[in-house]
Amino acid sequence: MKKRNLSEKIRQWYEGELSFDEKIAEPVVHIPAGTHDQQPPETKTKIRIVHRLENTEIKISRVGYGVLSVVFCLIICSILISTALFLPGFADKEAPTANEVYEHYVGAGRDQTGAVNTVAGMILDYRAFDTLGESFVLFTATCAVLLLLEGHKAALNRAKSTFTYATDPIVGIAAKIVVPVILVFGVYVLFNGHLSPGGGFSGGAILGTGLILYAQAYGDERAARVIPAGAIRGITIAALSFYCLSKSYSFFTGNEFNGVHSVIGPGTPGDFLSGGLILPLNLAVGLVVCCTMYTFYMIFTRGRLD
Amino acid sequence: MRFVENFPFITIVLSLFSAVICFALKDKRARFVSYSLLGAGILMSASVLVYNLTSETGYFVYRMGHYDAPIGNEIAAGVLEPFFVLLFEVMMLLSLLGGSYKIETDVEPSKHRLFCIMVNLTHAALTALCYTNDIFTAYVFVEICTIASCALLMARKRTRPLVAATRYMMFSLIGSSLLLVGIVLLYSVTGHLLFPQLYASIQALWTTGQYTLPLTVALGLIVSGLAIKSGLCPFHWWMRDTYATATPAASGILSGVISKAYIFLLIKIIGRVISREIYVQSGIHTVLLIFGVAGMMVGSLSAIQTHNLNFMLAYSSAAQIGYIYMGLGLGTDAALLASLFQMVAHALTKPMLFLSAMGLSDTVGKRQDFDALRGSAHWNPVAGIGYAAGALSMVGLPIFAGFIPKLLFSLSAFGHDWKTYVILVALAISTILNVVYFLRTMVNTYGPERVAMERRKITFRTARTFSVVVLIMALINLIVGLHAQPIISLFEKGIHIFTTIR
Repeated sequence: MKKRNLSEKIRQWYEGELSFDEKIAEPVVHIPAGTHDQQPPETKTKIRIVHRLENTEIKISRVGYGVLSVVFCLIICSILISTALFLPGFADKEAPTANEVYEHYVGAGRDQTGAVNTVAGMILDYRAFDTLGESFVLFTATCAVLLLLEGHKAALNRAKSTFTYATDPIVGIAAKIVVPVILVFGVYVLFNGHLSPGGGFSGGAILGTGLILYAQAYGDERAARVIPAGAIRGITIAALSFYCLSKSYSFFTGNEFNGVHSVIGPGTPGDFLSGGLILPLNLAVGLVVCCTMYTFYMIFTRGRLD
Repeated sequence: MRFVENFPFITIVLSLFSAVICFALKDKRARFVSYSLLGAGILMSASVLVYNLTSETGYFVYRMGHYDAPIGNEIAAGVLEPFFVLLFEVMMLLSLLGGSYKIETDVEPSKHRLFCIMVNLTHAALTALCYTNDIFTAYVFVEICTIASCALLMARKRTRPLVAATRYMMFSLIGSSLLLVGIVLLYSVTGHLLFPQLYASIQALWTTGQYTLPLTVALGLIVSGLAIKSGLCPFHWWMRDTYATATPAASGILSGVISKAYIFLLIKIIGRVISREIYVQSGIHTVLLIFGVAGMMVGSLSAIQTHNLNFMLAYSSAAQIGYIYMGLGLGTDAALLASLFQMVAHALTKPMLFLSAMGLSDTVGKRQDFDALRGSAHWNPVAGIGYAAGALSMVGLPIFAGFIPKLLFSLSAFGHDWKTYVILVALAISTILNVVYFLRTMVNTYGPERVAMERRKITFRTARTFSVVVLIMALINLIVGLHAQPIISLFEKGIHIFTTIR
């Protein structure tokens, strides 16, 4: 008897009659005769959702899931905290991180890269390949957001009802004063990245903030008119292309067997025109960061750049 | 001749650059640029492979800039790196060509350009992940790979791919953050990011017993981060919707290529950073073995229960990933060789299966349930052949690529106490389960039709590119299955370089 049951089950499985997917019995939705057409289409779905919410099995599994996730998080937290207790202390001179790499960056960095700002020298000269990757992370994110949201109906509909603060006595006037200052400060941070704290990422973020504030205060439509979509695209393309080409040059010349030597020197540390490629690279990174932030803002609020 | 050593860097930078160029181009030109770049990448990887196979050491380090390690960045290539880059590029190009007519309908016309950009960025990231000799560079390109693969998924304008992409993003980001925390911990106890220096520091710390806890936790986090990203059980639940709802070319790239790239990075980190001895002593390998075996079982059982072809293929991916981790769980050269071959076999087979499934479901109005698909192989013979070849390869029938890793796994399993039994039993059960679900669908597609519905005949002439691509894939599978020895000796050489040259 049992054997036949099994072979019957296998037959059912092969024929596709045995279903494992729907373990929860669906409620039978009773619709009074004659009213079938009047029943709004969402009612059935609604009843189904309510049924699923009231199902005991689901309730238990949801509670179990919650408890388990809390326990799991606690375990992970305790492991990480106990690990942190065994790590070398902050600014410990005996720590493994205070090694020859650190000494080289701090000691010889200024003369080798020509940048007074050691961080700029590190990220744009010693480890420029990583930074190339990082700026492409931003580009990837921009393209992903464009792929997802450009021309999206919900965003386009929202754009129609955008309210502007242009005539507001506080926001309008404050924006008029603050935006130029922010932009000038952003440009200063960009151009001075090799001489003082700052650089491409921070300067670009400041510039992006200025543009977003402008768009917030004067409305997206005016911002889209003042800053055309083509310009944003063009700047991104130019900045990233420059980064790729200039770093290809220094990677290529960096290996002696190619027989080509770099003509770009570090210059005199402290001069405005010093640090080799660091100044233009800072500019390129900054423009990419700025365009990325502005594109995010425009796509999220307006659904398009133009 | 040393000019060839520039090729890895040229491939990476050129793919990044062409992504930027595609941003400015129209659809058709963007597609032309990204496909031809993949072609150029194939040529360059093949030259690097030949160069390393013929050179004395078979290994070179390329400085990325003017400073030697550990001050600057560098990339390195042995034999395994260019081989896997070559494999990834070939499979990406074939998936894209085979699925191109579907991309046209699945992706909005205005967004084909962005799809091409994502292909370029994925290509750059995969190449960099294989060649990198620096753990932080690896992380940066893992980020690019994560975002680009999500974008490839959600390029299909429907609600379900969006939900699937969100879920994939969640899992992937959990993996990335664990990886990052692991790298941070590793850096704070070693003070280095480049592989050779990390290796030396870890060896010194492990022998002196200093910072053992942070070191173990860091290694555990790195391994688990990459395992989550590649879809090891129980973190494989994103796979079903992700692979089943994306456009088939993207499914093929994701299951066949991207998950393998993460595993390759993991293998590289285990071999070149952690070192085999510490990896085995820390006990991480046993954990991977257990989860790998669990993945094989859970994936196969889920695949048996479903009635949807693409869901079944997605679950089978989870099972196949389980095989790879089972091999890593043994921690020997022979098992590593088997895992590497399993990666090759799966990368060759899964994109072909996804493309063939697409071809089959197109004959029945895009339906994917088994009832509708009955007899569909008669309506699209080439897809039928592709599906049959893929199914037989996944099952592990001799003469197909999928047979070799199963043989290698069972050979490598002996002499490991309880693990021997676990692996042999798991292999046996899993093979039977594979047979159950793959043969059922294969026989179904050639069986008589049950559902009366409108069907479309797709012949070699009406879908020429698709048919040629599927046949090429089937042929490659067959060739690899019949002539596995050259690849096995290449892997042996690669593993030798991995463990001896630092």
